Amino acid sequence: MFADGSARGRIALAATLASALALAACSTTGDSAKPASASSKSEQSDKKFVATPAGEPVFASTYKPFPNVATAIRGATVYDGKGGKIENGVVFMSGGKITAVGGPDTPIPADIAVFDGAGKFVTPGIIDIHSHLGDYPSPGVDAHSDGNEATSPTTPEVWAEHSVWPQDPGFSRALANGGVTALQILPGSANLMGGRSVTLKNVPARTMQGMKFPGAPYSMKMACGENPKRVYGNRGRMPSTRMGNIAVNRETWLAAIDYANDPKAKRDLAKETLVGVLKGEILIQNHCYRADEMALVLDMAKEMGYKVAAFHHAVEAYKIGDLLRENDVCSAIWADWYGFKMESYDGILENAAFLQREGACVVIHSDDQNDIQRLNQEARKAQMAGLRMGMDIPDATVIQWITYNAAKAMGIADKTGSLETGKMADVVLWNGDPLSVYSRPEKVWIDGALMFDAMNPKTRPVSDFELGQPGEGDVK
Amino acid sequence: MKTLLTLAASALALSAPAVAQDVTITNARVVIGDGSEPISGGTVVVQGGRVVYAGPASGAPAGGTAVDAKGAWVTPGIFATVTTLGLADVSAVSETNDITASGTPFSAALDASTAINPTSQHILVHKAAGITRAATSLRPSGSIFGGQGAIIDLDGDANPVVQPRAFQMISLGEGGAAQAGGSRPAAHALLRAALREAQAIAGGKSGIPETTEIAKDDEVFLSRFDAEALVPVVTGKQKLYVDAERMADIRAVLALKNEYPKLDLVLVGATEGWLVAQDIAAAGVPVIANGLIDLPETFEQLGATQSNAGRLARAGVKVAINAATLQDPRRLQQVAGNLVALTKMPGATGMSWGQAFAAISSVPAEISGMGGKAGVLKPGALGDLVMWTDDPLELGSVPTQVWIGGVRQDLTNHQTRLRDRYKDLDESDRPKAYDW
Repeated sequence: MFADGSARGRIALAATLASALALAACSTTGDSAKPASASSKSEQSDKKFVATPAGEPVFASTYKPFPNVATAIRGATVYDGKGGKIENGVVFMSGGKITAVGGPDTPIPADIAVFDGAGKFVTPGIIDIHSHLGDYPSPGVDAHSDGNEATSPTTPEVWAEHSVWPQDPGFSRALANGGVTALQILPGSANLMGGRSVTLKNVPARTMQGMKFPGAPYSMKMACGENPKRVYGNRGRMPSTRMGNIAVNRETWLAAIDYANDPKAKRDLAKETLVGVLKGEILIQNHCYRADEMALVLDMAKEMGYKVAAFHHAVEAYKIGDLLRENDVCSAIWADWYGFKMESYDGILENAAFLQREGACVVIHSDDQNDIQRLNQEARKAQMAGLRMGMDIPDATVIQWITYNAAKAMGIADKTGSLETGKMADVVLWNGDPLSVYSRPEKVWIDGALMFDAMNPKTRPVSDFELGQPGEGDVK
Repeated sequence: MKTLLTLAASALALSAPAVAQDVTITNARVVIGDGSEPISGGTVVVQGGRVVYAGPASGAPAGGTAVDAKGAWVTPGIFATVTTLGLADVSAVSETNDITASGTPFSAALDASTAINPTSQHILVHKAAGITRAATSLRPSGSIFGGQGAIIDLDGDANPVVQPRAFQMISLGEGGAAQAGGSRPAAHALLRAALREAQAIAGGKSGIPETTEIAKDDEVFLSRFDAEALVPVVTGKQKLYVDAERMADIRAVLALKNEYPKLDLVLVGATEGWLVAQDIAAAGVPVIANGLIDLPETFEQLGATQSNAGRLARAGVKVAINAATLQDPRRLQQVAGNLVALTKMPGATGMSWGQAFAAISSVPAEISGMGGKAGVLKPGALGDLVMWTDDPLELGSVPTQVWIGGVRQDLTNHQTRLRDRYKDLDESDRPKAYDW
């Protein structure tokens, strides 16, 4: 193991040296082949160098919806994502938008594609608020480990989108098996402030920009508890304790407030992210397991003047459902993960149901390249745990946990997450009840374009990485 | 008052003697566990801790406490393989974790049965999820040899170990390569050297000198004690579980039988097993297969597909679902249900309901050397029964009652106690710490 690691180190060093040489060679060749003229030199000296001003779009989305045909599904059970259920319903999409949703009498034009949904179910596209696809892609080799800039406890300057490898085969699995149409890629939890997230449309693309969700706000990832104090404490650095975690956070926020109040401050990418949070333009997604730590974070947010959108991995949220409701914070949780680390020791199956009982916002998340393929199943497990405690949470509400509520906590609920007229036509047709283990997505539309069809093998995306490899194009 | 009653009930449960009761369950949807489809209106009779009858109501002998299942599903207990149940409290808290020991000079000689904690919360939580027996294993950490795994029951009594030293666990492929010093040839050389030493000790081949140990610097890959521990492997008396994923690695495992014909091999993981399904079937080697792994998470899993288990089974391979790659073994039901779902997906290969249930009950029991004794409701089998809220492969279906060896089980654990405490957030009289 150890020997292997040092060998990798040597390879990396050799590669670095080689590329430095290549760069030097390139500039030398450039100079000799194309000497700069005197006039162009003087033009250059007059030029003022300016970057795109802070706050203006950079690394902008180039995503455009793919060609679509006006399509209706009729006769299906429809969950609208906001708690509504329509039996024998109609969903009509055209021009990439939801055009109509209603009962069997909903009018649809004669000349469009119509799918018979009898015995089938329709939901909005599933949304995962917590994914690392692309940042920790498959294959999970060290060369692909791009999710934690674990070199400083606070790195608000890094953006998860700059690590996204669009060829991660995980995106296609989430689409085909999970019906996932949008997802938030977060930096990891090694740091107190891990950097900006990016929200993606789950469409295959050659570039990250080709997936970037148009108009989605950024979030900043924060982390409580064991991970930051372990990672930095082991290096003899602050923080090494939970009190150290909070202290470093507060110092960092205070510095950001000073920066925000100083019109002459030099641009600082880290503080730009933090100021974006203070202004309410950037949301906070806070990894936090324990109830007592969530309460501390809520007070810190009050002190500094920002808002937490969601606590992630909130396995103890059920202990403070009242507090979370009062603060209008969502809990993004697993159905059944527990006991793998100390701060997950009190995980219980009833977490989501107990939050729902208090009227707090529930989101079921994955944090996992496998569970993202089955968010519907995870939601069902959480629902059934509630039922055993006498809490009959409707199926339509459970679907809301993995659609509208996720969209709300990601700041995209005005665009997707529910089947409402004018919203993006992100739609899944399931071959049975999506809350049964025996059902799978049959068709998935993103902005009205049919991006997956289980009945047509050629609509199964195959990433560059998979070409020419065992199982290319297989039903995964 | 309610609190007092709860207290009394749990005290009773704790002090209840572990005596098997004779029981006759009627009006059940009975699952035998052998791959057959469920029987409606069925009866199960357990006497003296053993199943004496399971099948249609007619023909059942009478006797024992009568339980009306009211149509509920009754199945054999789930048999989980491969797990680490009983070997860690919190896996990331190293002092509670007995699964790995990278600092020890021992490897194959390590014996999981010396460390099983029968009251580990993971055992109690998994019992409440319907798992009644499990193969529990150490994980290779200082060598390709993880050590000897045990078969355990989950009843929480003083004797969790049903079969100590039931199998030796080794890792080949990328994992084994890393443990052996950095390559697959290093892993194979270590394996062959170790088996040769074991043969020499067993007296199978004379004239081969014994080495005292195989080591590099201060890292011991194989000590004399480990070689001794491999004697039952090389003589075929102890099963050899081999973790291998890639098609080529699986072929290399099967080829070991040419050199060591007595090896009783079991493949674990086998993500690309479907690509060599015919060879595995021909070799008669059972597979504890990854169920839903469908991503090339490593270069040895490029062919990963959820159809792996189904395609292996279709080729005639004996297939159990591997618990080791799941978040927790209690997800075995969910995996089996997903394999049934695949039967509706064009191009995929899944399993029938009966076949999928067998892959988490009778088949893993057979692979573990407990064929006919566990994971199946056949006369003579251990009285491990579960009555469920719903179809046991459906999401959120949980046991309402569990019997292990005919003993009705208490299903209380840390999670159920937290659940009961936080069923409301009312602290108007006293803090929650007084609510127990």
